[in-house]
Amino acid sequence: MTDEGRSGTGAVLSVRDLTVGYRVQHQLRAVVHDISFEVQAGQVLALVGESGSGKTTTGHAILGLLPANGKVIGGRIRFRDQELTDLSPKGWRDLRGRAVSLIPQDPAVSLDPVRRVGGQVEDVLRLHTGLNAAGRRQRVLELFGQVGFTDVERRYRQYPYELSGGMRQRVLIAAAIAASPDLIIADEPTSGLDATVQKQVLDLIDDLRARSGTSVVLITHDLGVAADRSDLIGVMQAGRLVEVGPTRELIAAPKHPYTQRLLESVPSRLTLTREQAVQASAERDTVIEVRGLRKLYGDVAAVNGVSFEVRQGETFSIVGESGSGKSTTARILTGLTQATAGSASLLGTDITNLGRRAFRPLRRDVQIVYQNPYSSFDPRFGVFDVVEEPLRSFESSQLPWKRRAANEERVVAALESAALPADFIKRHPRELSGGQRQRVAIARALVLGPKVVVLDEPISALDVSVAAQILALLRQLQQERGLTYVFISHDLAVVRAISDRVAVMQQGSIVEQGPIEDVFNAPRHEYTVGLLNAIAGRNLLVGT
Amino acid sequence: MRKYLARRVVQAVLVLWAAYTLSFLLLSALPGNAIENRIHAPDSGLTPQDGQVLLHYYGLDKPVWEQYLHALGRALHGELGLSLTSVQPVTSLIGYALPSTLRLTGLALVAGIVLAGTVAILINYAPGAWLRGLAAGIPALFASVPTFVVGILVLQYLSFRAHLIPPVDDGSFRALVAPAITLGLVIAAPLAQVFSTSIRTTRKQPFVHVLHAKGAGEGYIFRKDVFRNSSLPVLTLLGLAFGELIAGSVVTEAVYARAGVGKLVVDAVTNQDLPVVQGVVVLSAVAYVVVNLVVDLAYPFIDPRILVGRNGAANSKGTWPAGRWRGPRRRGQAQPQGLPPEDVVVP
Repeated sequence: MTDEGRSGTGAVLSVRDLTVGYRVQHQLRAVVHDISFEVQAGQVLALVGESGSGKTTTGHAILGLLPANGKVIGGRIRFRDQELTDLSPKGWRDLRGRAVSLIPQDPAVSLDPVRRVGGQVEDVLRLHTGLNAAGRRQRVLELFGQVGFTDVERRYRQYPYELSGGMRQRVLIAAAIAASPDLIIADEPTSGLDATVQKQVLDLIDDLRARSGTSVVLITHDLGVAADRSDLIGVMQAGRLVEVGPTRELIAAPKHPYTQRLLESVPSRLTLTREQAVQASAERDTVIEVRGLRKLYGDVAAVNGVSFEVRQGETFSIVGESGSGKSTTARILTGLTQATAGSASLLGTDITNLGRRAFRPLRRDVQIVYQNPYSSFDPRFGVFDVVEEPLRSFESSQLPWKRRAANEERVVAALESAALPADFIKRHPRELSGGQRQRVAIARALVLGPKVVVLDEPISALDVSVAAQILALLRQLQQERGLTYVFISHDLAVVRAISDRVAVMQQGSIVEQGPIEDVFNAPRHEYTVGLLNAIAGRNLLVGT
Repeated sequence: MRKYLARRVVQAVLVLWAAYTLSFLLLSALPGNAIENRIHAPDSGLTPQDGQVLLHYYGLDKPVWEQYLHALGRALHGELGLSLTSVQPVTSLIGYALPSTLRLTGLALVAGIVLAGTVAILINYAPGAWLRGLAAGIPALFASVPTFVVGILVLQYLSFRAHLIPPVDDGSFRALVAPAITLGLVIAAPLAQVFSTSIRTTRKQPFVHVLHAKGAGEGYIFRKDVFRNSSLPVLTLLGLAFGELIAGSVVTEAVYARAGVGKLVVDAVTNQDLPVVQGVVVLSAVAYVVVNLVVDLAYPFIDPRILVGRNGAANSKGTWPAGRWRGPRRRGQAQPQGLPPEDVVVP
């Protein structure tokens, strides 16, 4: 690392006209086209884009970790004074982990489940330093201290399954910084983590970077995270870098139409355009009433004394992190599980002790939309069968061969109300995008004309611009049909964009509930305050 | 850990009892009185005194349930009856035959594991796609060639033509090698198949990607992570493959003319020496149960999550299943029925 090598531009990473392709059926197809950017020492570049935009492929190319059928077709990647594009496998092994490291996407599956975490961090030291066993151990304990563990000796001996998602990500960060690299590729480092944990992890990366002067390439789909945490933003769309520039300027004055659209889709901005749809909700009928609801699994109370009511035509959101009991509450409301104590009534029927069979007539009126629509479809079913299924199970009096013709009209109507063209009945969910699949799931929920729809994280698996469309669709359907929504989410920004009232759940209890604006503008419980502070993308609001 | 151990041991004892009882019932369900018929058969070669001893020993004039209780009591004291041909205790007949068979199956087990491991590694790591493809065909080949064919070919070429190994058992280690490899091939096929599939699945796991990002090479990753993660299904199969070994040893011992448990069974079946047959059934059950007990006890050393599942405490996130390994899980996979949904954290 001579001064001569660095003097050219001073850039730690310099990517020029990078083109990457995958070989599919003997044809090399480019998925990343002519990308150029530079990252200076200590800078954070956020690569932002929706799924399939090529941001992860770019990150993997920088690490030399493209899958077997991937190939750098053109351009070059320069790290310090090294040309990475013509590095030997041995050169790569020496570089990776030592000079360039990775913070991976999903902490749950990124650690070897059958090895102690201490040893997994030690890998890096074993591979790249001459430290002996005692020295390595000492260094790992130090690193564990740096990533915020207190009981470092115990952590060292633990297995991944004994750690929470946030703790696992800390272990992975410790491994990434173990050899003091010059560049860290952070590939969606917080996807799948709760909002408050997400904030802690991002704070930690920020902090470590500030102390060590490491450069970071932060790959994220979340423009909010990018706005908060980066010096530079590169926006990727369909394999091209459509816009790159200093974060402040890019947020304040996006030039490319795609960047503008992406910014408009961010949930925390949607709230600014939302008009209060439901006024005087107190005058409406109560559709759901829950009193002192408890649900025990073994000795553990998943839901511990929850009370709320939902009125006709409103959107009531239950927000909380994993383990808060929000999904269990939804399962009780939809008759998928029974409460241990307390009472719940739905559309005037007491459902507390209703078995599955007795609940069945209510299913016409209560429908569910799940987070992952695809896994809630029978894989053998086409779109028509998926949407028709509720009709089949509730109105199966007709003969099978007459049924299809009779139901087709209603299926098409449901698809159209979910803003899908009629010819989708001939397609298979496999061929559809995530947003289209979610629309199919919504069509299935609507086909029986329900009164209440429980939406369990309906947009958290979708890209922001698609999610914004689905939210708009849900809102429109609510206005047209007077639907009542129970909206389950971990994402406060989304909740704010769609809800009338919100309940914040923590460890099985509702710590705060009320009209959305009250809870957001004047939170009373400290947990709510913590959640609000953890919303990424506050910088996006400053700009407007 | 102690609870896990206790449960496994109790299970093992129950299986042994069931095996003994079943074999007793099957034999007493044969038409007529099998033992009596055998003793009075003209070709039995028994003296009248021998016949009296046997009739008295088995208490054939008593009701079946009394015979059963009597036999079970003896079995608990390590007695498995008297042979109907030689009037010797079955246990001592087995005792003579067992060491030779143990040597054979033990070496066959080692040969099978080494062979399977080599093939599985070749299938996954051999340089060049064509070599890996070639290796991938080996398990199917092993599995489809019957033991006796391999045995006869080995004898023909290595023994009669090349004179590398003695054609009959002369007690030397060299005489053991050929039958052991012949027998090892039988279990090598499924082991190699499962091990190579397991390696392939493990190598696709995200944590292996992270290891590459640490700068680790394939060798390092295999030794540290892939081997251990891939070996659980192999271990499970090993318990089952042991049954194959016992069955295969009968044929192998016949082909190579070795004295052993296999030969003992063949003779006993030919002579309708039922107590000996029953003794060997019980012996197989014991071997099977012991091997599977060892396998079960070895699991927690390979995957510590198994003990957590046994004690009833779920893991924190439900990402990896508690309980026995069910193959690597993909993201978004459904929770098993009966477990609380994912948002319940059990401390």
